[in-house]
Amino acid sequence: MNVILIAVIVLGSIGLVAALILFLAGKKFAVHEDERIGQVQGVLPGANCGGCGFPGCGGFAGACVKAADKGSLEGLLCPVGGQPVMEQVADILGMKAEASAPKVAVVRCNGTCESRPRIAEFDGAQSCRVQQMLGSGETACAFGCLGCGDCVAACQFDVIHMNPETGLPEVDEEKCTACGACSKACPRGIIEIRLKGLKNRRVVVLCNSKDKGAQTRKACSVGCIACQKCVKVCKFEAITVDANLAYIDAEKCKLCRKCEDECPQNAIHAFNFPPRKPKVEALAAEKPAAPATEKPAAPAVEKPAAKEATVPVGSPTGNVEPAKEQEKA
Amino acid sequence: MYGVCIALVPALIASLYFFGLGSAIVLATSVAACVFFEWAITRFILGRKQLTICDGSAILTGLLLGFNLPSNLPIWIIIIGALVAIGIGKMTFGGLGTNPFNPALVGRVFLLISFPVQMTTWPVSGQMGYVDVETAATPLALMKEAIKTGDASLLSNLPSSIDMLIGQTGGSLGEVSALCLLIGCCFMLWRKIITWHIPVSILGTVFVLAGLFHLIDPSYANPLQVILSGGLMLGACFMATDYVTSPMTGKGQIIYGVAIGVLTVLIRDFGSYPEGMSFAILIMNGFTPLINTYVKPKRFGEVKK
Amino acid sequence: MKTFNIGGVHPAENKLSAASPIKVAAIPKQAVFSMFQHIGAPAVPVVKKGDEVKVGTLLGEAGKGLSVPVFSSVSGKVSKVDAVLDSSGTRRMAVVVDVEGDEWEENIDRSDKLVTMKDLGNITAEEVVNRIKAAGIVGMGGATFPTGVKLMPPPGTKAEAIIVNAVECEPYLTADHRLMLEKPEQILVGVQLIKHAVNCAKAYIGIEMNKPDAIKLLTDLLKEKAAQYPGIEVVPLKVKYPQGGEKQLIDAVIGRQVPAPPALPINVGAIVQNVGTVYAIYEAVTKRKPLIERIITVTGKSVAQPSNFLARIGTPMQQLIDEAGGMPADTGKIIGGGPMMGRALMSLEVPVTKGSSGLLLMTEKESRRGEASPCIRCGKCVSACPMGLEPYLLAAYTRLKDWDGCEKNDVTSCIECGSCAFTCPSNRPLLDNIRVAKQTVMGIIKARHMESITKK
Repeated sequence: MNVILIAVIVLGSIGLVAALILFLAGKKFAVHEDERIGQVQGVLPGANCGGCGFPGCGGFAGACVKAADKGSLEGLLCPVGGQPVMEQVADILGMKAEASAPKVAVVRCNGTCESRPRIAEFDGAQSCRVQQMLGSGETACAFGCLGCGDCVAACQFDVIHMNPETGLPEVDEEKCTACGACSKACPRGIIEIRLKGLKNRRVVVLCNSKDKGAQTRKACSVGCIACQKCVKVCKFEAITVDANLAYIDAEKCKLCRKCEDECPQNAIHAFNFPPRKPKVEALAAEKPAAPATEKPAAPAVEKPAAKEATVPVGSPTGNVEPAKEQEKA
Repeated sequence: MYGVCIALVPALIASLYFFGLGSAIVLATSVAACVFFEWAITRFILGRKQLTICDGSAILTGLLLGFNLPSNLPIWIIIIGALVAIGIGKMTFGGLGTNPFNPALVGRVFLLISFPVQMTTWPVSGQMGYVDVETAATPLALMKEAIKTGDASLLSNLPSSIDMLIGQTGGSLGEVSALCLLIGCCFMLWRKIITWHIPVSILGTVFVLAGLFHLIDPSYANPLQVILSGGLMLGACFMATDYVTSPMTGKGQIIYGVAIGVLTVLIRDFGSYPEGMSFAILIMNGFTPLINTYVKPKRFGEVKK
Repeated sequence: MKTFNIGGVHPAENKLSAASPIKVAAIPKQAVFSMFQHIGAPAVPVVKKGDEVKVGTLLGEAGKGLSVPVFSSVSGKVSKVDAVLDSSGTRRMAVVVDVEGDEWEENIDRSDKLVTMKDLGNITAEEVVNRIKAAGIVGMGGATFPTGVKLMPPPGTKAEAIIVNAVECEPYLTADHRLMLEKPEQILVGVQLIKHAVNCAKAYIGIEMNKPDAIKLLTDLLKEKAAQYPGIEVVPLKVKYPQGGEKQLIDAVIGRQVPAPPALPINVGAIVQNVGTVYAIYEAVTKRKPLIERIITVTGKSVAQPSNFLARIGTPMQQLIDEAGGMPADTGKIIGGGPMMGRALMSLEVPVTKGSSGLLLMTEKESRRGEASPCIRCGKCVSACPMGLEPYLLAAYTRLKDWDGCEKNDVTSCIECGSCAFTCPSNRPLLDNIRVAKQTVMGIIKARHMESITKK
């Protein structure tokens, strides 16, 4: 009995003393944090992907609060949560959310095993970065996908996967949060974080080759040879050719698909369009839609294609509003 | 890995010579069980497609575990030891290269603590049978007794150094013949499988420390016999030199070896167990990451501050 | 026997072509002159399509900053100035010349006659350096660092020892070995010229013990003509890779260790020049011959005649392979350079450049890397690393993208010798990973540096 009593007393008093120390330490070393940071962090997805450019969701929440104190949330976007989350954040901070359009990762290389013959075999560490340092990779194209899957390893959301048949990564558009981790991981900057487009429809040049046409053609049967045909056919000045590579500006593109038909190399691809009707009808059907979506032409600013992958979010209102109009029509 | 296995062949032959059938059964069971558990765990629990049993590490663990057991140990105990060695000592941490403790020693110490009676009744060498063999006290037990009672005359019952060198003494399978272990060790040094740092620092430390004790009080055994007895030689040459659990740099290895030597002598002379090698190695295995962090190789062109 | 103090490995030497004398390779039908044959800024082409060029005509002038000019090694017509695949595995700017005849620029002395210091009269140190610069000479051991820059010690430093790198520690390669056997006096004159250029009294020629004939020849020559070549000493070295590394060689020969970057060899008073460079310096200064040809070893276990060629720069590799008996059927990998530090070539149209020391044809069996297995923490890479680094740790940090950890553990000191990957029993691609880390950390350091400048 005595033994039990002693044990209870001793343990109890140790517990009390420890509790007291903890209490005092908690008081003494308490860190006063803006409580809004915690609230903002609460509504963030908590993936800590770093897609926003800050170290984790905590860092982003802190940046939001700081920006709110300065009066604007401009330039801050959680790519994973997108617009709904940013609205919640804005609510907490008593601000108005900036509008933003959803984006998605696009792999701008279509050099499958068939279209891009292997001229060498890479036997080193299976990493795109290592391969990139050692030359043009397994094919003659110094700009195309290296196929070791650095992007797959970088993706936190299990969205991007290598297709063993084509040797290229494929993005699951439904799940992609456009955090940009894959884009940063790619040593060749092939993956672009691009506007999803209305109804998820996009027209993209699936090539990253800045080689001259003849060289590109030698290396790959579906590479952009910078023939300028797409530029000529585009009515909206959405296509520019820079450094031997065509680029379609997603904000200017009206999804008419003319360039896709024109491209002699089949390097331009249209995503998520319904299956095509016979050609003449398709063109006729699209015609009335085109003027409806027209907006005041922005001054055509030529941007180097290579840097497009990291172009910041512009004013996307033009894309959202026409969508509504089109749906009504 | 296979190089180490080859280096163990002389000791294997010695154990077969001294313990006959018992030795064969214990070693075969131990190796087979280790390989089986490695295969089963990688295949069914970790679900890895690539099997690792061909890299030789499981075979080596099995051999070393077997060498640490007495020749009359029941098969079921050996299997438990193999399960602990591979399952807990190695695969829990992710398999080859990631285990912090030497798997064979984890298995051995587990058995030593769980089955102290079976693990410490060593058959006298020279008997070919497996069960019902005559057992006797080992040199280590005699030494411990001498220290406890303070009676130096007990030490005269020890076998001669020559007998201990060749293996005419009781003990675990692999530890009886210091000579064969030394041959194996030389082979490994020649093939550059190991470097001299660990064995030399362990043996040197033990020799010096045991010699010091012997000079102060003759009831402590003479240093030569201390080195030749028990698992010291096996431990210094084969267990402590395990790549995975020993430090990376020469300097670090010497620190590690000296510490093992000191701990072994302390446990042997002042601890409750007659043998301290396994414990000393396991303790220092725990310190290896710390040594790796703080003992860096000398960088080229580094200026002394 | 002298050698460097930390780490090192000893790969099988395989000096198959050591006994085959230097052969003059045929002039190619078409020669390609990359503008990227050296470290630093690329040369800028000064010719255009259709221009007639002669042997020794300037094709590309030195770019801004660290750079050297490029000269034609053939005569003919420029067929294009465009990006061409070179030994780096990427397409880069080059001048392509269609060969017609073999006409040389008049100012080049084509005779074989030995020109000594006495013949040169009292040539100034400045003139020597200028001639070297004008000849477009770079380090010919493979690093291709502009030689003229090396011979102008920055203020506050003084060259106390010239070290001639005749180690040739890479297995298979024998170009330097043959050069020493066939042009010993020219090399000694070259050494004198360097001594003269940087005003340094002492020069050492470091040769590994696997070239006893070269050691004997040079030692005898120096004994015989001691008065003519004062202050030059042959230092035999123990065979160990990577002794040909600049820092390792300085340690081995004069026992001084160059501190971590950004320190340079000159900070410990040493200037290291490859023996091929020394010969090029001799030719440039005494014969006014720009760097238009070099000795290249074409070798491999299945090659019919492992040979050493005196090849014009710009010659396609395919031609050299043909001259060495054709490509063996079992070739698996073709390496430009030696087996330890060389790079696999993407194509055989790749031309010989100023830094091409060898062409190694590996058999299919040799060229396969073993399958990598987990690191067993054996520490072999740590003891092999000649820079005293911990390759296993750096590779692990790289995998975790912990660039801070890499920087703290001195990844920038890595000389990319490959001893770690060579010695690894688990066949881990250590060097591949460390290269990534080194490149990334260098980028981070540079960015930090730029930031601190803009802040100021």
